[in-house]
Amino acid sequence: MSKFLPFFTDRDVPYTVAARPDTGLYSAKLGIWLFLASEVMLFGGLFSAYIFLRLGAEPGYWPKGLLNVPVGTLNTAVLIGSSVTVVFAWASLKMREFMKYRFYMAITILCGIFFLCVKLTYEWPAKFDHFGVFIKQSSAAKYEEFLGNDFLKEKNEEPRWEVTGHILRAPKGSPYGAVAEHNAEHFSHGAGHGLHLPGGEGDYVIQLDAINAKPNSEDNLRPAFWPRPLSSKTAVIRAEDVESASTFVPRHSTYFATYFLITGLHGLHVLGGLVVFLYLWLPFKGGATLYKSNPEHLANRVEIAGLFWHFVDLVWIFVFPIFYLL
Amino acid sequence: MSTIDSTVRHNQGLAGAHDDHHHHELGFWQKYVFSTDHKVIGVQYGVTGLTFLFFGFLLMLVMRWQLANPGDAVPLVGGALRGLFGPVVMTDAGALTSSGYNVFGAMHGTIMVFFGVVPLAVGGFGNFVVPLQIGAPDMAFPKLNMFSYWCFFISGVVMLGSFFVPGSAAKSGWTAYPPLAGMADFENGHLWLNGQTIWLLAMVFNITASLLGSINFIATIIQLRAPGLTWMRLPFFVWAQFVTAFLLVLAFPPLEAAGFMQLTDRVLGTCFFMPTGLVVGQSVAQSWSGGGSPILWQHLFWFLAHPEVYVLILPAIGIVAEIVANNTRKPLYGYKAMVYALFGLGFLSFIVWAHHMYMTGMGARVATFFQITTVMISVPSVVLLTSLLISLWGGSIRFNMPMLFATAFLPMFGIGGLTGIPLAFNAVDLYLHDTYYVIAHFHYVVAPGTIFALFAGVYHWYPKVTGRKMSEGLGRLHFWGSLITINGVFFPMFLQGMAGVHRRWYDGGVTYEQLIKPVIHWNMFMTVSAGLLALFQLPFILNFFTSLRFGQKVGRNPWEATTLDWDTPTPPPHGNFDKPVEVFRGPYEYSVPGATADFVPQTHRA
Ligand code: HEM
Ligand SMILES: [Cu+2]
Repeated sequence: MSKFLPFFTDRDVPYTVAARPDTGLYSAKLGIWLFLASEVMLFGGLFSAYIFLRLGAEPGYWPKGLLNVPVGTLNTAVLIGSSVTVVFAWASLKMREFMKYRFYMAITILCGIFFLCVKLTYEWPAKFDHFGVFIKQSSAAKYEEFLGNDFLKEKNEEPRWEVTGHILRAPKGSPYGAVAEHNAEHFSHGAGHGLHLPGGEGDYVIQLDAINAKPNSEDNLRPAFWPRPLSSKTAVIRAEDVESASTFVPRHSTYFATYFLITGLHGLHVLGGLVVFLYLWLPFKGGATLYKSNPEHLANRVEIAGLFWHFVDLVWIFVFPIFYLL
Repeated sequence: MSTIDSTVRHNQGLAGAHDDHHHHELGFWQKYVFSTDHKVIGVQYGVTGLTFLFFGFLLMLVMRWQLANPGDAVPLVGGALRGLFGPVVMTDAGALTSSGYNVFGAMHGTIMVFFGVVPLAVGGFGNFVVPLQIGAPDMAFPKLNMFSYWCFFISGVVMLGSFFVPGSAAKSGWTAYPPLAGMADFENGHLWLNGQTIWLLAMVFNITASLLGSINFIATIIQLRAPGLTWMRLPFFVWAQFVTAFLLVLAFPPLEAAGFMQLTDRVLGTCFFMPTGLVVGQSVAQSWSGGGSPILWQHLFWFLAHPEVYVLILPAIGIVAEIVANNTRKPLYGYKAMVYALFGLGFLSFIVWAHHMYMTGMGARVATFFQITTVMISVPSVVLLTSLLISLWGGSIRFNMPMLFATAFLPMFGIGGLTGIPLAFNAVDLYLHDTYYVIAHFHYVVAPGTIFALFAGVYHWYPKVTGRKMSEGLGRLHFWGSLITINGVFFPMFLQGMAGVHRRWYDGGVTYEQLIKPVIHWNMFMTVSAGLLALFQLPFILNFFTSLRFGQKVGRNPWEATTLDWDTPTPPPHGNFDKPVEVFRGPYEYSVPGATADFVPQTHRA
């Protein structure tokens, strides 16, 4: 790093590479553990916010089953896999097998990139074009055919106040007008030309998710692994019956607020880890080239970056169940 | 491996450094600006911190003027302030507006805590002194250290810059409580360019700097102690910095998380802290999903902010301990008990935070838990203070400048601490909460307490940094003037607070004059005292700069001290020590019977 940026001067501080005998640690290893302690507190703060908000949520206001579980599972597996390969990379360096190091590190990096690509090109965008409308409780009876609250009550389940799906028409002046038009076009291509949308200027028209299309189905009560496709049924909702309406962006609900904040921050950590891995993989002076002059130092760097990577993995192992499954 | 062997190993780094720097002399920028030398960084932190302290104090002077003379133009500088801060803060006539009062109050609190005291006490003294006291050539991660300082510097620039955005700086207090803080400062239609949003951004930088700095301190203290410097031979100041760094590492991240949440509440429209059905301007806020909790912010904020008050006080106690031992010419009384007390304090400070939240209507059980832990935490605090007091006993005390301030610290901190005990109790706090009693209580801890200890530290280590002593004459003027006037500022606040005067009142209580008649006249007294207090800082400022040229020159160890920081050349060179360091004894071997001098340095072989 020092040769990399201007204005840095090297001071020979002891125990940068060799361990101090009485503590058994080289300094950077202690440093990364301390850093991870602070990271635990950072994500701890966020997870406790999740718990606090979820426990405090009114019945029916904590959405469930909106994320794609198979994709999440795949990403979990990929991330765990990369945690294993980074250990192999480190072990290869320890055994002074440089080519193997390059190989395992490359796999680790590819896994990380894959994870981020899935997040950014599929998972998040799929949220942004999904739409949800929370119905005022006083108006809920009018929309019983989409909410199924009688059925839920009979089954002792929390009530449902939200209708979700793709928006086809937004009330005049709504910021979602453009999205709706775009969707409506797609919809009409799929369903044949000349589609006539129901409803008028003051209405939301939603192409329904399966759950709202058949709210009284027993299937809804069981958690589903495979996401169910959008139905071809639509619902018309009067603007004055709406409590809040938005795409699945952070402002949609405290659920999506926590989801995006935590996965976003986690994603930044993945990105940070990748940058460091790339630096260590490419022939930078402090990266792979260091192998020639001081292979142990390079191994230490990989060990530290690897510890960080394990932590990032660990955070995901909490994220996955609490957002995708519970 | 023998000890000598490891001494050599330990010092190889330093020898190497010397070789290196014969080859290439560092240029001005690398030597004094983007330096990785802990001493330069310490001085940078210290000077920046002192500047911020002074600025925060000046903000408060304007506020105090307003409290004693509500609505009157600020004398002399009113017009200039109007020009500088604009119409949101000052009227055309040069009086403080109500928004301006909120701006100055929020910025006073924020700047004093996060930009003044912590940078000076931890960044300044910690950086300069800790590596010297443990016999290290530098911090464990010198580049990270430089990065921390510049990250802090950016946070300061951003925070100060927020005075000049439309609508001026943040107005929601240093506590930034939502839902008000979540909606504040949008009048001018800027999503990002407004006081509260920039406050949050600046805090994210500030927190990041603190976190990286503290990691560096802990790693340095664990890894770079000189051979023979075992844990119980560490100077107490090092222990204090060690525990402080742990508090910062563990308590700050949740506030950073909370800062992110408030930021998204403000710019992305999320509702982490915005409750359902919030009524704004007589109608329920429509654009929010709701579902958030303002109490959540309070939990996350105070989970940091309580440990933070120990961050403000522990380094101060560390400084005082060094100075007391040095000037009583006696070992510290109860050194070990003090170290254990530090750890007790550190641990307990994480489980008392909700004593700031009694007003939120928590259940009796929760309140009881926090009352008990709060009372428990007074025990280690008393251990520390009592040990320092007993350390004075029977010493032939040298009352030089550092010692004067350190001695005054003890009763001042005592008043601050003891007046906190009633606040631990739910029933009492419901009455005193948010009154001037609380302001008086914590200011006794941080102003005549911490600030006095920091002054003591400046007088004590100034010779090591610059090679010259500060003037005793100007120093005494500074000391006695400050001691008397600062009590004039803060003591009447107890009386006002007990009579029900509320904090954050813009008019000094005129609106409620009928209720607080017996105490409102103190406003004038306190404001005059604060003005005089400002005047008595002039000798210090003068002393600080003139002593650079004219102060009495000193050698390696002008105070005849025992610890390693006084075992280096003055001022210490790059790499710090001019000989291999090895430690043979405890930190405070003063007046050892049979020894030739009345102090035995830690490096003195048995
Ligand atoms: C000796 C100089 C100081 C004076 C005269 C002073 C005076 C005051 C006064 C009168 C208030 C209450 C304002 C109000 O509620 O309307 C206040 C608030 C406060 N002060 Fe100071 N103070 C001084 C130094 C400090 C120091 C050294 C610190 C911290 C290390 C500090 C931290 C605070 C904080 C956190 C608040 C609360 C701000 C808020 O309401 O959000 N002050 N100060
Ligand atoms: Cu507290």
